[in-house]
Amino acid sequence: MDFKFSPEEEAFRKEVAALLEKEVPAEYREKRLTFFDMSAQHDWIKVHRRLAEKLGEKGWLSMHWPVEYGGKGVSPFYRLILREELSRYHSPGYDSIGVGIIAPALLLKGSDEQKKRHLPGIASGKVIWCETLSEPNHGSDLAAIEVFAKEEADCFVVNGQKIWTTNGHFADWNALIARTDRAANPNYRGLTFFLVDMKTTGITVNPIINMAGHHEFNEVFFEDVRIPRENIVGGQNKGWYVVMSLLDYERTTDTVYAIAETYIEDLAEYARENGLLNPVMENRLAQLRVDCEVARLLHYRVTWMQSQEMVPNYESAMSKMFSFELHQRVSEFGMELAGQYSQLTEGSAHVPMFGRIPSCYLRSFGYSLEQGTSEIDRDVIAQRGLGLPRLR
Amino acid sequence: MDFGLNEQQEMMQTLARDFLVGEYSDKVLKAMVKDEKGYTPELWKKMMEMNLMGLSLPEKYGGVGDFLDLIVVLEEMGRVCFLGPYFSTVVLGASAIMEAGNDAQKQKLLTGIAEGKLIVTLALTESSAKYTADAIKMKATPQGSDFILSGTKLFVPDAHVADYIICAARTAATENPQEGITLFIVDVNTPGVTCKQLKTIAGDKQCEVAFDNVKVTGDDALGEIDRGWAGVEKVLQRANVARCAEMVGLAQQALKMTLDYAKERIAFGHPIGAFQSIQHRCADMLIDVEGSRFATYQAAWRINEGLSAAKEAAAAKAWVSQACRRVMNSAHQVHGAIGFSEDHLLHYYTKRARAYEFSFGGVEYQLKQLAEKYT
Repeated sequence: MDFKFSPEEEAFRKEVAALLEKEVPAEYREKRLTFFDMSAQHDWIKVHRRLAEKLGEKGWLSMHWPVEYGGKGVSPFYRLILREELSRYHSPGYDSIGVGIIAPALLLKGSDEQKKRHLPGIASGKVIWCETLSEPNHGSDLAAIEVFAKEEADCFVVNGQKIWTTNGHFADWNALIARTDRAANPNYRGLTFFLVDMKTTGITVNPIINMAGHHEFNEVFFEDVRIPRENIVGGQNKGWYVVMSLLDYERTTDTVYAIAETYIEDLAEYARENGLLNPVMENRLAQLRVDCEVARLLHYRVTWMQSQEMVPNYESAMSKMFSFELHQRVSEFGMELAGQYSQLTEGSAHVPMFGRIPSCYLRSFGYSLEQGTSEIDRDVIAQRGLGLPRLR
Repeated sequence: MDFGLNEQQEMMQTLARDFLVGEYSDKVLKAMVKDEKGYTPELWKKMMEMNLMGLSLPEKYGGVGDFLDLIVVLEEMGRVCFLGPYFSTVVLGASAIMEAGNDAQKQKLLTGIAEGKLIVTLALTESSAKYTADAIKMKATPQGSDFILSGTKLFVPDAHVADYIICAARTAATENPQEGITLFIVDVNTPGVTCKQLKTIAGDKQCEVAFDNVKVTGDDALGEIDRGWAGVEKVLQRANVARCAEMVGLAQQALKMTLDYAKERIAFGHPIGAFQSIQHRCADMLIDVEGSRFATYQAAWRINEGLSAAKEAAAAKAWVSQACRRVMNSAHQVHGAIGFSEDHLLHYYTKRARAYEFSFGGVEYQLKQLAEKYT
């Protein structure tokens, strides 16, 4: 047992903080934006790219990768520290999909050529990624997807629609899962994983605005989109295994407890300044802090497993779900604390905290849906963590 | 960062688990709950021979291992719903003596504990049933170099079998309730000490101890006169984290019973554990068990390292208590009527979890501590 960071890790934290102190726009820090509501800023994409490149220049986006692929081979706790500091400094710049999910999936399942081709772009912060998994008719039941990639001599031709594609409106590359065999039984054995240049002819991206008024995700149409054969990862009809390992990473990449923690402290400060602290509210705040502590430990456990080269499985579903649901409770608490004022949006007279209270709250409805719903997470915990039998 | 157990801790875990599985069957548990003493000297002797009595005590007094080893063992005790004066002696008594005692007291009492010869407990709460300094009302009036203790302590664990009771009493009336408190080592055979067992839902042994003009000498004071509270706070911290470890064990075992049942009980043609409604409850139970374990280990690790642990200990006790409640509730729901019957083992765990939750400060108390320190 050891629950502290090493001196080297602490030094790295200071180094990150020093850079962010200098580089994060004052407005982001003043408004105390979180990872989940900064996309509402008019200049978000520009700032996101600028900071991503800064982090890339430092080598921080890839420092936990093996040395042969440009990493420093340090423990994944460095990645965690980077993300904790980004949360604390209200900073964008971390491409959760490219750095968080695609890179580790490529390291695990990509060909040598694919690694050489794509990892440097991700490490530099210059190439931003999206992933197209869900379809209008298939979300949680991902294995049933229908978007079809038809095999031709030198390529695959993709037709169909994907949906809920985060960052699809500005991503440079895309990770696509498509059906390549309609007769496969079970159906997940007919799926293939492709890397797709978003500039390829035939791709159309339309915005979808979420209930918080933010533009994060999109629908993506594929019309005779030609993908070279060498862009397949993990083999034809073996895409499901790539997706599964990718989801394991997806559930570990965001340090949501750290975001929730900064928001709890902001709400505590708001409560103090506005005379809203009474024993009931103090009790609620203390409870959220305690929950946050547990969320942190569940996340650290996953990172520790990765540092020991164990493969977290149900553990990451648990950590992700607990943190996201905690952040939902925090967001709901914000509404309760601010009462009438919680209705006021940015720009309104009398609005507290730049309208972040309703913004966080409305955004929070997605927390138990994204990266796999809470229900899927609980299935994973029950079936893979506890060995309970499957009905299907 | 390291979330694993080291070799020594793994060894202790296996040792304790094997021992308890062998010695502490369901039958023994049921008997001990009904038993007036709540333990048998034979088992106590075996535990002593395994060096469990000296766990976390200093080596020079016959101790072995550290606080984390003790935590690992307590978790195993929780799994079998262990009953007996082990916690009182090794956690409460020994911690108070280590924290506040002088060398002579340590030599006599800690050595006695490590040798399995002494049972010691701690008497803090009174009729208010609170764990704050202002709740200590019992008076110790100076008389020459002696003190006369008068008052009643409640919810004192295992006092009925104890050789010594460490008792917190007020030696001075002061404005700050944390001042003027002194700890005394009271031999239970001193005239004026009477002990009455309370009847509790869990059948763990808690007592009302009355002190009727009990005379103790100045040498019986544990630590400085009037300055006992700081030590009590440290002991409470250790006690709460140690309780958490037991609760983790209780919850882990309740989850295991639930999983075993969910896998074998057939309804609508399937094991009920195949249904999502049951699976999701079980998934939440696992979160509660593992979250509890890490919160406990973190607080225990800080105590073991000599770091400040007030925040982590309070957070652990608050969370583990609630998690344990949720786990027991779900365990009962999944078991259905069979878990509601007295013959079944589950209710022993449910009841014990509540008793442990309330000891040394319940959820409201811990959250209030946190609120005071961090808002």
